[in-house]
Amino acid sequence: MPETRSRIARIAFYAAVILGAVIMLFPFLWTVITSITPDGSLSKGPTLFVEDPTLDAYRTLFDTLPMWRIVLNSLGVAIVSTALQLVTGSMAAYAFGRLHFPGKNIVFGAYLATLMVPLQVLVVPLFIEMRALQLQDTYFALLAPGIASAFGVFLLRQAVSAVPTELDEAAVLDGAGHLRIFATIVLPQIRPALATVAVFAFMYSWNNFLWPLVVIRSPELMTLPLGLSTLQGQFTTQWDVVMAGSVVSIVPIAMVYLLAQRHIIAGIAHTGIK
Amino acid sequence: MTQASVTETAVEPRSEATETPPPPPLRRKASKRRRRRQALWALVFLLPSAVPLVLFTITPMVSSAWVSLHEWNLISPMEWVGLDNYRNLLTDPQTGTVFLHTLMYVAGYLPLVYVGGLGLALLLNQKLKGRAFLRATYFLPVVTSWVVVALVWQWLLNPANGIVNEVLGTLGLPQPGWWTDPDWALPSVILASAWKDLGFVMVILLAGLQAIPSDYYEAARVDGASAWQRFYRITLPLLSPSTFFVVVISLINGFQVFDQVYVMTGGGPSGASQVVVGQIYDLTFRYGRAAEASALSWILFVVLLVVTVIQIRVQRKWVHYA
Repeated sequence: MPETRSRIARIAFYAAVILGAVIMLFPFLWTVITSITPDGSLSKGPTLFVEDPTLDAYRTLFDTLPMWRIVLNSLGVAIVSTALQLVTGSMAAYAFGRLHFPGKNIVFGAYLATLMVPLQVLVVPLFIEMRALQLQDTYFALLAPGIASAFGVFLLRQAVSAVPTELDEAAVLDGAGHLRIFATIVLPQIRPALATVAVFAFMYSWNNFLWPLVVIRSPELMTLPLGLSTLQGQFTTQWDVVMAGSVVSIVPIAMVYLLAQRHIIAGIAHTGIK
Repeated sequence: MTQASVTETAVEPRSEATETPPPPPLRRKASKRRRRRQALWALVFLLPSAVPLVLFTITPMVSSAWVSLHEWNLISPMEWVGLDNYRNLLTDPQTGTVFLHTLMYVAGYLPLVYVGGLGLALLLNQKLKGRAFLRATYFLPVVTSWVVVALVWQWLLNPANGIVNEVLGTLGLPQPGWWTDPDWALPSVILASAWKDLGFVMVILLAGLQAIPSDYYEAARVDGASAWQRFYRITLPLLSPSTFFVVVISLINGFQVFDQVYVMTGGGPSGASQVVVGQIYDLTFRYGRAAEASALSWILFVVLLVVTVIQIRVQRKWVHYA
């Protein structure tokens, strides 16, 4: 606070910063602490310093649920759906941003219309559709709503439109077709937008709960949020196990987050300003 | 996060894409063939996204409208009932209740997350050591899934031996029953939700703050404006586009709240925190009233649409684009 001269204001400022950090971090810390507290001591009331830390809760967790499988499912579905959205989205963006075809505005309008309908509203009919196709409780069903996103198309189209067309013209003179212009000229130019879409797609898939809850039954196909939610019923009072599950599901995303932190925050800030 | 997109469109109605100018009419035949070829290529580029969107968004949209006009329990054959489902829902007090709970959720969540997020953004907009670290810390809950957040807060707010009540007890303060108490169930969910989204709002507002040119502040300071005046007259108005974005997203997401309610309270105790999407879920998968659930989905959709349109309308009155 450069303009703050008074000492009190500075102290208050740092107190607020620290208070903020404590409020934001403490629940995570508490989750870890609980997960290593022996089950018996939990009922006696919480303590910050665990006297006899144990990994029993994690053992119970991995005995109850196919946790490795569930973590891999979550990662796999998130990665595949992100990749698919980037491919389908950037291709559509190229069509809307670069090509001329009859009915372009109508088609684009239809894409935008699908944006207005959140998955929450579609869950019931989508479930019925999957059941009719006998696809419920499969990886495909898990992925289906995440293959293409109009949101991604929309963001990417803005980026494609901003790429100067002079570059293509030079390539056309060299005899390049649309596929080559798309892959070698446009795609490298829209990397920041691709990163933003990737962040949203990944986080959306990773955190998605309602759709897996509706369409998945087998534990082997569950994603983390769904797997965790089933713990709740089985271990109503065993908070150490539930918290161990929470830790296991936080760690992978926290690692992704720490690695890609800049891109993630920039991506979200970017959608806000625009 | 797909929901975010709706606002994307809303925030700044962008002009149509800068279209590439049509090719000069050199030889008509050649250009016609070229146009046909380009349309074919457009088809190739569009199909990978169009097919899944038609199959997994548009088809269910249409089929749910169709289902909502029938009586159907997911098993027996459908029976045409016209608008009966809508009529029943609109006269059923339960519908009003779940919408009221949803509204209460939004009304509690939005001020909390906005004021908190703005506070954090203002703090982090100052020069201070470890700013990147703090920003990362504040943001961590955003990448955590709703289910985890709900479980963790259920434990923090556990009436029996949760840490929050332990602390309140030590301080001699009353210890609410939190998510086990009908009066406290929604507030508990609101608290957890605001905590999760604070970092998101902070990042959006921080970006907005950093876009405000610093000359404005310097000019104001030269004119002798106090810190409060600078905040009220410069920061808030110039932040209004970001604020608008946050409000629209929060409203849209807020009306669709489900995950954290389902995990923390299951809509209980005795329906005290049942929200619209929870009702849709229960109608379908608990009571087998899929047709009514579809009708309720459409009512929710219309409400969302109306809220968004009102937002865009009212926007002109209070959002200043620099």
